[in-house]
Amino acid sequence: MLPSTIAISAHGLTRKFGSLVAVNNVDLEVPTGRIYGFLGPNGSGKSTTIRMLCGLLLPSAGSATVLGKDTRKEAEALKQQIGYMTQRFSLFEDLTVKENLQFISEVYAVPRATRKTRVLELLSEFRLSDQIKQRAGTLSGGQRQRLALAAATLHKPKILLLDEPTSAVDPQSRRDFWETLFELADQGTTILVSTHYMDEAARCHSLAILDRGVKVADGTPRSLGENIDTTVIEVQAEDPNSARQSLAKEPEIFSITQLGIKLRVLIPKRIPDALQLVTANLQRASIKGVAAEVFPDLEDVFVAVTQLHTKQAA
Amino acid sequence: MQSLTRIFAVMHKEFLQMSRDRLTFAMISAIPLIQLLMFGYAINTDVRNLSAAYADEADTHLSRQLLADMATSQVIALNRRVASAAELIELLDSGQISIGIYLPDDFDRRVQQREREVGQILVDGSDSIILGVARQLTAIQVHFDSQLPMHAPNNVFEVRNYYNPERRSAVNIVPGLVGVILTMTMVLFTAVAIVREKERGNMELLINTPVKISELMLGKIIPYILIGLIQLVIIFALGWYFFQVPIRGSELDVLFASLIFIATNLALGLLFSTLAATQFQAMQMTFFFFLPSILLSGFMFPFDGMPQLAQNIAEALPLTHFNRLIRGIVLRGADMSSMRDEVLALVWFFIVALSLAILRFRKRLD
Repeated sequence: MLPSTIAISAHGLTRKFGSLVAVNNVDLEVPTGRIYGFLGPNGSGKSTTIRMLCGLLLPSAGSATVLGKDTRKEAEALKQQIGYMTQRFSLFEDLTVKENLQFISEVYAVPRATRKTRVLELLSEFRLSDQIKQRAGTLSGGQRQRLALAAATLHKPKILLLDEPTSAVDPQSRRDFWETLFELADQGTTILVSTHYMDEAARCHSLAILDRGVKVADGTPRSLGENIDTTVIEVQAEDPNSARQSLAKEPEIFSITQLGIKLRVLIPKRIPDALQLVTANLQRASIKGVAAEVFPDLEDVFVAVTQLHTKQAA
Repeated sequence: MQSLTRIFAVMHKEFLQMSRDRLTFAMISAIPLIQLLMFGYAINTDVRNLSAAYADEADTHLSRQLLADMATSQVIALNRRVASAAELIELLDSGQISIGIYLPDDFDRRVQQREREVGQILVDGSDSIILGVARQLTAIQVHFDSQLPMHAPNNVFEVRNYYNPERRSAVNIVPGLVGVILTMTMVLFTAVAIVREKERGNMELLINTPVKISELMLGKIIPYILIGLIQLVIIFALGWYFFQVPIRGSELDVLFASLIFIATNLALGLLFSTLAATQFQAMQMTFFFFLPSILLSGFMFPFDGMPQLAQNIAEALPLTHFNRLIRGIVLRGADMSSMRDEVLALVWFFIVALSLAILRFRKRLD
């Protein structure tokens, strides 16, 4: 891969707040024009990493390069090329939708001639034309999010950093939002988006799973499933609850998740016949059910890698 | 060019927000009005109509003449007559009067002999201002009808009152109030305006844009300079309307002195905003700074009467220097060039505060 096709790269990126290590030795490589996800629970270091990438926080160790520029030394030059959407709504609540966008256009020094048309363009593109004169503070969650994304893309940045953009948004708005992200990516924008929704993470071209500041896995959603060191057995039992109780007694099974009447059972790959282990267990407890090995989905991956990480940390 | 666009963008936004924040908008004009009326009318060091009673045991033509003279001064309201000195003390004890005048029955003889004081003024000395009034009263002369005074004046010195012949405290208070109001509002408004953006999360957005620290600060300061000037006009207009306080010096000097002082306070506000994390903290800091300013700057108490330590602290407060400057220009008609030291002191404060603020303000979150 040519170096110019890598939009964001980081090596050994670390950030400490006092004795807390918020981000620990993270390596990243984000290709141009792709949607790259950060998946992780709260406090896993997603926001801190994003803030280091846009130069808002200095790394305690390691370095990051965005569009070939060092975030430590050339943060100011990068501002013109990065669009950043904060986790918390950060536009001015006492200004109207239009005033907010006008302010952003002036601050980014969009040429006077095109300023007005650009604002109007964004208003219709993000379906905010009816809210032009509404104060940002009175918008709904979905409208706020559209306004924030409009503001972040106003200066046509090459890179978009989105920090949990869909956390306060209804499902339909989330779908529309992701449509917009794919359109932007098609136009060549590189997008880094953090989330704690599995379905969103699954839509990314590739992603990194973060847990307590450490990148525990990365790759495409497909390759993540292929590469985990875990077998996933799906159990469909008449009485999932007793099946669950019975399976919990097996020391090799490290996670059982119930999805409706189905159970997803995670077993390390070092156990040679995982399926046999499960069916034998159910037979002993004389529980009726069907067990089958399935391809790990993203949630399985997430559970597997974070549990492994916890074990390693302990 | 881009820089100007960004400064104007910040200014425009600031004005829009100001016009929507009704409380701030009201404070801009209400603070000068309320403070001016409060200080102008309530804090009155030139006392009039103190309640007083007298015991005139002599009850002669001469004694009545003296009492009448005292009453015409309007400093005391002599509206009660009692029989004896003991009754005067009773009235003083019970707080019904502040001053009692006792004239003994040999009053006429004492006046002529002039060996001893002719009478007594009994005073509630717990209030030093009232005590001062009593001292003034002792200087009153005994007159005979259509004749020259019986004897040469006791007082060797004559007091001549410059700049404020009517002895009205409002004259002194109004220019002093300019500084007090500007200190309070300018420091508070800027500190809060910036900390508010930190609190609401707007700062994270702003520091991610290409706007530079200096542009952000200028864009935030300039609207408040205008607000400061509006307040200046309000204070002098009201001072003239309510208390007939004139501007004896040049208006240009007033404007220039005030501009330096406004800039100094805005820089201080910026500095506070870099230290405070919440609006509440910013407010606390402002008041921590405001209190010594109002007490030590010579606004409340005469500077020369303060102990050395207090004077030293006062020298480190911009308001002290501004008070000297503005009172000089407004009341004495002084030229600003004759008070270069005070101007330089203010400029010095401005440079130090602004440099510290810019040094402390980072375009980062840590």
